[in-house]
Order: sequence, then structure tokens, then C-alpha cells
Amino acid sequence: MSDEKQTQGAPKAKPKKPKIPRQAMPEQDPHVRAKNFDSVTLGYADEQALTEASRCIQCKKPLCVQGCPVSIDIPGFIKAIKEKDYAKAVQVIKETNLLPAVCGRVCPQEEQCEQKCILGKKQEPVAIGRLERFVADYEAAHGEAPLPELPPKTGKKIAVVGAGPGGLTVAGDLIRKGHDVTVFEALHKAGGVLIYGIPEFRLPKAIVEREVDYLQKLGVVFKMNHVIGKIRTIYQLMKEDGFDAVFIGSGAGLPWFMDIPGENLNGVFSANEYLTRNNLMKAFDFPNYDTPIKRFKNVAVIGGGNVAMDSVRTALRLGADNAYIVYRRGREEMPARTEEIEHAEHEGVQFKNLTAPVRILGNEDGWVTGLECLKMELGEPDASGRRRPIPIEGSEFVLDMDAVIIAIGTSANPLIGQTTPDLKLTRRGYIEVENETTCRTSKNGVFAGGDIVTGAATVILAMGAGRNAANAIQEYLETGEWWTPNGDGEK
Amino acid sequence: MYEILKKKVWQEEKPRITEFEVDAPEIARAHRAGQFVILIVDENGERIPLTIADKDAEKGTISILFQEVGKSTMCLGKLDVGDRIHHITGPLGKPTHVEKFGTVVCVGGGIGIAPVHPIAKAMKEAGNKVISILGARSKDLLIYEEEMKAASHEIRVTTDDGTYGRHGFVTDELKAMIEEEKIPIDLVVVIGPPIMMKFVCKVTEPHKIKTFASLNTIMVDGTGMCGACRVTVGGKTRFVCVDGPEFDGHQVDFEEMMMRQQQYLTEEKIAVERCEKQTCHKN
Repeated sequence: MSDEKQTQGAPKAKPKKPKIPRQAMPEQDPHVRAKNFDSVTLGYADEQALTEASRCIQCKKPLCVQGCPVSIDIPGFIKAIKEKDYAKAVQVIKETNLLPAVCGRVCPQEEQCEQKCILGKKQEPVAIGRLERFVADYEAAHGEAPLPELPPKTGKKIAVVGAGPGGLTVAGDLIRKGHDVTVFEALHKAGGVLIYGIPEFRLPKAIVEREVDYLQKLGVVFKMNHVIGKIRTIYQLMKEDGFDAVFIGSGAGLPWFMDIPGENLNGVFSANEYLTRNNLMKAFDFPNYDTPIKRFKNVAVIGGGNVAMDSVRTALRLGADNAYIVYRRGREEMPARTEEIEHAEHEGVQFKNLTAPVRILGNEDGWVTGLECLKMELGEPDASGRRRPIPIEGSEFVLDMDAVIIAIGTSANPLIGQTTPDLKLTRRGYIEVENETTCRTSKNGVFAGGDIVTGAATVILAMGAGRNAANAIQEYLETGEWWTPNGDGEK
Repeated sequence: MYEILKKKVWQEEKPRITEFEVDAPEIARAHRAGQFVILIVDENGERIPLTIADKDAEKGTISILFQEVGKSTMCLGKLDVGDRIHHITGPLGKPTHVEKFGTVVCVGGGIGIAPVHPIAKAMKEAGNKVISILGARSKDLLIYEEEMKAASHEIRVTTDDGTYGRHGFVTDELKAMIEEEKIPIDLVVVIGPPIMMKFVCKVTEPHKIKTFASLNTIMVDGTGMCGACRVTVGGKTRFVCVDGPEFDGHQVDFEEMMMRQQQYLTEEKIAVERCEKQTCHKN
């Protein structure tokens, strides 16, 4: 306040420094990239990164750090960039975040660190995510990061179920505490949603592979093709295989369908199937890869989240003439990141908002021919705080379509719950934990975090859960203390 | 892991039928009758579901048996003893519900006889009287006869061309057992081509004989993640990989299932042609 008064009363105040605008990140031309699977965004060059870093005012009490689920020392790494000590910048980030190249690309920074950035009050916030990506890419381009020195082995064994972002974080944290860590992954490649879900054009798979390699070099053992609940149970891991603690990060992988007529027609897919074929199995390169995918001309993707955007942009890249988002609410209500929605728009995705599918139409051979929809209008806010869509009577219309991809969400994978009788689940099948800081389940020595606890969320939130779980596991290994859920848990 | 220890070619004539005994100790130990695996032949391979014909938990091996009907199975058939299969995931799916039912008829058609084998074995061990019906197009194409003899109290064979056993289909034999011989049957388990399973279910339905059909659909992950394998059972969508592979055969919409099996015929043809030109990637 006093500063302002002084300024007002002092006409001879220093001329204001011209504001440096937030640096845009170069991208592939939308028309070109809509036909290829290469990375959409190209990352900052040194100059841009230095300019952007110079915008950071190095707050004494940085709010951005509070906005980060894994509390990265953001001013710290930006300061290192300013000093052109990029290697140090990486080190600062890696103290708390194992996967900067991933997070720099897929974190919703606009809802986290960047939302809290003080510059955001008057102008645009510092592009923290782009800077994070810049240093991570610098590291990748300049050889390997030196391996940290590991403490002597403790002799404790930890099992991590699921090699997604949560599990990888737990593994990385606990291997650095000197424990033996084995990660059990159901698929044949590690990474979880980073590998099967997020497309190459948003997160190159080489980046994920590099992070997994790094963990392997630290001594983490990966056991692929291990569906826990089938090949081994949680009970067997603890009682027969000698694991002292287990972290379950098996995710929310079960796709929802809509339960509308025509959903089992040929040409109807869950987003999980469509994306898995393309990302994990590389079907876009069929027949060089064996897994096929159809190159449909008219594709509707139902849903308004990031997975819907990934699916519709994949459909475009596979050669669709018309790729639609069909979403029952308005654009304002879409859960997808603004950046993803804009990227999709620029690439030519057509948005059918306030539109709800009611029926999928097919021909006698069982293939999709159309999507019958109903127009909606927005009413009062519902439990999610978003305005509730209300159907407009008599507004049915049909869109010609040869494929429909359903991206309306996923729920808990039931395999572990089914085979671990003493593990308490919520009504919806998620694993019940004491709280999201301790990640302790109803079963002694078993921790859980990420989507299998919270329902489908983001990569960084799963990593945050992994961080919490690793701390809780460490404490448990040191003290052996457990909790009493509702007075009837194990001791 | 996943090394091929034994190879047996059951039928040389195309489409060739081959059986591998594969080193997979953890899968062998965990496997229960009715469960299957998903395998990837090589680096660029697809994930294909295959049934388990037998296992030896002590030796740590599983036996898989397949007919070369597509690109992946053709590439698999090119592997020899000492080669490794790139990836095998399993056991997947719910095990067969095994208890003492009374008289259990196990029906296997074509290479479907192989996955019936562990089920027959388990049913016999549980104290059931097991009668198995094995169907093949011709005598030369009949597989697993000796194994099924050992796993059953009695076996009956049908061939489409009459070269062995009853001249006709497995449904003819089953019908005769029910209607002419009046054998009281408590349960039928059927595995084979979808059309055969459909007609077996049609035979048992009017007699209200409980019938389990084990379905083999298109799959990607096999863990409930993608829904490629969905079928309609009793009017509800179910996933074969995690809710099955066995369902109440009288409730299964076989027409829809067969229609869904056709999805990638064009692509399969392209892949097979490439493979025949020897341009496929071998291990």
C-alpha cells in the first residue's frame, strides 16, 4: 500500500521496466501436425528459456511451490536457469520430482503452480511447466544424469503394484532409501497411462522409457506381465515372497460405457482400447506393427476430458475427414486442459457441445453408420458445481459416423480387490485408505495411492500420492506402527 | 523365461496345428483350469489370447496349442525349441467353477479340445463322472485324444466326414446322449468355434442342462482395461477377459459375438500376405 502511495505522489518515479511477455512455445503447424504423430510442442530454445526465466521475481515465500503436488523448489530451479546452470536446475527438480520431462509436458500447471504465481495477478504467470520441460530436455540431450549415491542396503523389500506414475515415484523414492524395490506391471511395458494412454504427440514414449531405464540403473527390478491378483496375490507377496510392504497403484483402468443401444457394434471403442492400440501397440504403424487399427473417416469421440481430446486428435492423425467431440455440456464445463482443447480446435476437430448421444446406429453387417444425438441446454449447477445439462425435447438429430469412441471416464480395476479379501474397498470399488497422506489401507503393511484410491485424476496427483506413500512406507519400516481402521483393523 | 522346451506339430497340413511346452514357472504355478494367457510373439507383435492346454506346476511349464490362422500364429509356428516367446501374461480370466456336479460332459471342437482338457481333468479330480465329446473335421485332424481319455471316464469322437467315431457333429452325439441314451447330465462345458458353441447351447437349453461356454474373443490387454472383448450375456455387456472367459451359454448373444469377431478381417489378410512373403519380423 505505502509503495503505491509513494508512486502516486512522486511523478519522477523511475520509468517502469517494459513488461516481458510470457514466452510462447514453438509448435508444429496445426495443419502439418494433424497428419503426424510427432510432438506437437517443440520446447523452448535457450534464448526463450532465459527470457522466460528472467520474468520470475524469486518470491521469498513462493506460492507456486504450494501449488505443486510434489513441492518442487520452483524459484530454485528457475534461478539456476537464469545462471545458465541447467544441470543444476535439473538436480533441483529431481530432488522432489523424478519425472520432470513428463510433468513439464502433461501437468495441468494452469491449475497448480502457475495458477498461484504472483505475476498472474496483473499479467501472465511464469511458464513454469515449459521451463521444467526445457531443463529436462536439456538433460536428455546432454547425456545421462549422474546416478545419486545410494545408502547401504537396508535388507527391506518393497513390492510396488503397477508401473504408472504413482508406482514409479514410490520406486524411485524407496530405492534411494536403500530398500530393494520390485515393481510388478500387468502390461509388457512400464509407464502405465504414460505409455498406453497419453499419445506420442503429447508425450514421446522415448521419454518414459528413459525414466524407467534410470530407475532400473538405480536398482529397481521391473517384473512385466505380472497381473497381481492373478499370477500372485498381495497375500502371497507378503507371506511367501517376503515383501515387507506393498504399494498398490493399479489405477482406474476399467472403461465406462454409456449403456445406450448400439454400443457393441463394430466401430465402437472405449478410449482406452483406441489409445492402447495406438500408443502401446503402435497400431498407427500397422502393418509394420501387428496390432491393427481402423482408419475411419467420420469419428465421434464422446466426452470432454483430456482423454477425449487425445482420442479425437489421434483419429485426425489416422486420417479422419471429420473428427468430432460430442459433449453434453458447454465448452466452459469441459474438464480438459484449455491448451488441449485449443490444440484440438487448431487441428480441425469439430466440437458438438451441448449434445448428448442417445443411440448408435448400425448396418446389417454390424458396423456403425451414425450417432443419434439430443440437443441439451444448461440448467442449475449440479453437485460438481458445473451447470447441469438438460435435454431439449424433440431435438434429436443424426450425425453420419463410422466410429464412436467413448471417453466418459474409467473406474477402479477390480482384480486386486477381488483377490485380497481383507482389503477394504469403497462402495465404488476404490481402495479405502486412512487418508491421502499416510496412504495406509485396512491391511497391515499395504499402502495405496493414485487413481485406485481417488478415481481417475492426473499424472502429477498420482505422483504426489506416490511421494506420500513412500514417506509413509519409510516410517512404517522404521517404526512398525500401523493404524486401527474403525477399531477393527489388524495390529 | 518363456523358452520353448518342446514342439509338437499335430497337423502339418495348412492351417498347421502346433503345441509348445513353454518354460513359465510362475504362470504354471498360478494357473487354474479355464484360465488363459496373452502372448506377444516378437518385438512388433500384437497381444493375442491363447488357451492353456496343460501345465506342469512342478516342472514350471505350460502347454499352448494353436492353429496358424493369422499372422501372429503363423509367426509363432515358425519358432523352434530353444526360441523364446517375447512376452506371456497370465494366467488371466476367472477359473472354471469346479465342484462335484455329478455327470459333466466336456465338449471340445477342433483345437477347442485343448482348453477343455484341463477342465475335464479338474472336474474328474473333483469327483465328477466326466464324459467328453471330441469333434474334428476328419480323423487326421483330431487332437488330444489320448490326453482326453486320461482326463475323462469316457470319450466319444465325432468327425464331419465320418472317418472316425460318429459321422456328424458334436451336437448329434450330445443330442443322442440326452434324448436316446437318456444319460442324466448335470453340466455341459463347451469350447470350440462360436457357431458350434451356439448349437451346443441350443441342444441343452430345452432340457435345462446348465452349460458353460468358454469364449475366445478379440482382446488387447486382457486385464479389463479396454473392453475389446465385450459380449452381451443376459442382456448385459460383460468383458470376456475379466468376467469370463466362461459364461452361462444360454445367456450369451453368439450372433453379436461372431459379428464382432469379423472386425479386423481386412487387416488380418494384409498381415498374412506380408508374412507369407517372408517380410515379417522373426525373432
